Amino acid sequence: MPWIPRGLQNGIVTSTYPRRPDGYGNAFNGAIVVSDVEHSRSVATAVEQCPARAIDVVEGVLQLDRGKCILCGRCADIAPDVFTISPLFASSAIRRRDLRVPALEESDEDLRLVRDGLARRVKSLRRSIHIRHVDAGSDGSDEWEIAALTNPVYDVQRLGIYFTASPRHADILLVTGVVTSGMMEPLLHTYDVMPNPKIVIAAGVDAISGGLIGEGYASRGGVAGSLHVDVFVPGSPASPFSLLHGILTALNRFPLEKTVDGRRRSGSAR
Amino acid sequence: MTSLSDTQSTSPDTWASNVKTQVTSGARLAALIAGARGDDVRMLAVLSRRGNLSVEETTSPTNLSQFPSLTPEIPSVIWYEREIHDLFGVRFSGHRTNDALVLPLPEGTPPPRPGSDTRLSWAPIDDTPPRSRLEGEGAFTISYGPVRSGVFESIEYLVETTGEEIPSLSLRVSYKHRGIEKSFEGLGVDDGALLAERYEGVASVAHAIAFCGAVESIGKIEIPTSAQYMRVIHAELERIANHLDSSIRHVEASGQAVAFARLTFHKERIQRLRSRLCGSRFGRGVVVPGGVSASPKLRATDLRNEVDVIESDIAADLKLLMNTPSFLDRLRGTGFLSTRTVLDHGALGPIARGSGVSEDTRFLRPYAAYGSLGHGLIEVSGEGDALARQRVRIGEIEQAFGLVRRAVEELNDLGSPSDDQWAAQVPRLSGEAIGWAEAPQGEILTWVQIRDGLLTRVKPRSASFHNLALFPLAFPKDILTDFAFIEASFGLSIAGVSG
Repeated sequence: MPWIPRGLQNGIVTSTYPRRPDGYGNAFNGAIVVSDVEHSRSVATAVEQCPARAIDVVEGVLQLDRGKCILCGRCADIAPDVFTISPLFASSAIRRRDLRVPALEESDEDLRLVRDGLARRVKSLRRSIHIRHVDAGSDGSDEWEIAALTNPVYDVQRLGIYFTASPRHADILLVTGVVTSGMMEPLLHTYDVMPNPKIVIAAGVDAISGGLIGEGYASRGGVAGSLHVDVFVPGSPASPFSLLHGILTALNRFPLEKTVDGRRRSGSAR
Repeated sequence: MTSLSDTQSTSPDTWASNVKTQVTSGARLAALIAGARGDDVRMLAVLSRRGNLSVEETTSPTNLSQFPSLTPEIPSVIWYEREIHDLFGVRFSGHRTNDALVLPLPEGTPPPRPGSDTRLSWAPIDDTPPRSRLEGEGAFTISYGPVRSGVFESIEYLVETTGEEIPSLSLRVSYKHRGIEKSFEGLGVDDGALLAERYEGVASVAHAIAFCGAVESIGKIEIPTSAQYMRVIHAELERIANHLDSSIRHVEASGQAVAFARLTFHKERIQRLRSRLCGSRFGRGVVVPGGVSASPKLRATDLRNEVDVIESDIAADLKLLMNTPSFLDRLRGTGFLSTRTVLDHGALGPIARGSGVSEDTRFLRPYAAYGSLGHGLIEVSGEGDALARQRVRIGEIEQAFGLVRRAVEELNDLGSPSDDQWAAQVPRLSGEAIGWAEAPQGEILTWVQIRDGLLTRVKPRSASFHNLALFPLAFPKDILTDFAFIEASFGLSIAGVSG
């Protein structure tokens, strides 16, 4: 009995995201933003010093790969005019190459195809989504962030999203970790026994690229070498907001709207 | 920190007898760690006597087919020997330690040999299930894992049972072996600290402190006072988050929905406070060789106010929890570990303290600002059950808040240090040393070897690795439904075990 008033003590603590922006969304490091300014000479130092080898200059074009970036902020210290630590957490992408920023000029055709394909697959899932998580070799922090999604602050159940014990009920396979030699088989087996349609989300840079470990004698360097990945969620580890954004992206719950200046932006989620 | 420059290497047999003599006369075997040197394997036994560390060293030549095993006399060494067998190919004589622990390579595959130039490409593994030990009518084995119900790290528990009781339990921790120790080799010390944080992600700060402590010991670097306080603040917030996580696992298992909601809410508040201090919800990138990376992003008054509010909310809920019979009933008497077992095994952290053994690195070998903040060992419980471990953690949460508050005050009294007062310069170093920290799970020891500023061997020994070996011993009278509670009361991370 004494617990009941405790449950009411702090009122509603649940985030308004994705319906409305959340105040905490600006309070932690979400992504590195690369500006378009003329590159100073310090960029070369940033490329060389990046512990994740996430920055590259190819044929004069500078790109940072958020699928490798661990958000240490070293580049922002070295070349603050080019790299900025931003609270942007809505950084997940449905194609691996979209994690490289700034994006190269290209037609929207392919992105539209991938998006529509994903949308068709998830259409039947509607608002009852079951997630099966598999740790394929994480450092342990990724699991904390995923588990946080069920706390009263993120409360994913309010969005019709549930974690399930059995892969037989699962719609989404949420994978963390570098994919170790030991977890290859259990990971593929879990995927195989899931019913169709099934969605794979790679959560965190370890699952996207192997992170700081990369490829090694026991590490595959991410999920994509073993399974087709539908959504990539950057971060080291991916924050609960990033995970939520990734899951909603997979479910096509962010309609892309055309704005006046013709650029795409994410609308509020349904 | 312990510098290894004056350690004498002896022959394997002399070494084994020296280590045994030390342990028989009351020293605790804190770690057995190895590194390849050319074709040979160097082995260091780290011994602790009332907190003072000493190292016994030997080198095993390649042509030595059998190395004298310490397991018959020192049972706690068995996981270390199995790990060294997997990573270096050393065979130990005298017992069955040659079962794989972290890396079950097929016969004939060369081992990765951390510390050597060997670069092994993708290695296949031998996933033959271990044979069951229990025989008799009605006995069967339940395999639980590696993919388990819920959001957990991957591990497989092989529960051998005749129905309810658990007479035998074994673990397979090799599933998530990432080979992370090899990834350190060739990195500079700054990058090494970032990787050390990922050795065991839930104890990122403690691992960074242990790694940086070793580097600073090699360079005889004095870190700025302001940085020492910052390290305490981040390490204690990490402790609070981890201890709350253990309570959360308990209330989840006992089905207490409101308590679960309350405690997960509090844990989220702690993670948010940590991120507002430094940008990372896990305090990553804060501890760097020589000090800390930057000044706190929160003003001292804001930090203090926030800490006060969260602390009183947490204290009230934990107090109520410890008066909730349906919670206490599940923990009382569950997962009993005797003081003898804990001593024989040299158990660490809250697990040892719940069985009356009170070593705590923060106060025995003070690092960061722990020597000057006026706190000491908390009162330990001696009952040895899951409830005793829970009590220890609650005491440590209370103390951690006290330490954070003191450190914030001291930091405030220093005024606002300029940018160069947060970290000392780290020159290009050569040498080796062992660094340490008291993680929420217990003592971490990290062996660091540097040549011309680049890491040649890093071996973090997490408390999780040392303590998980005790897990099968914690089921003397317990049944299957106690499993989740015993696991929660251990509060370990598998990443720190598998490496």
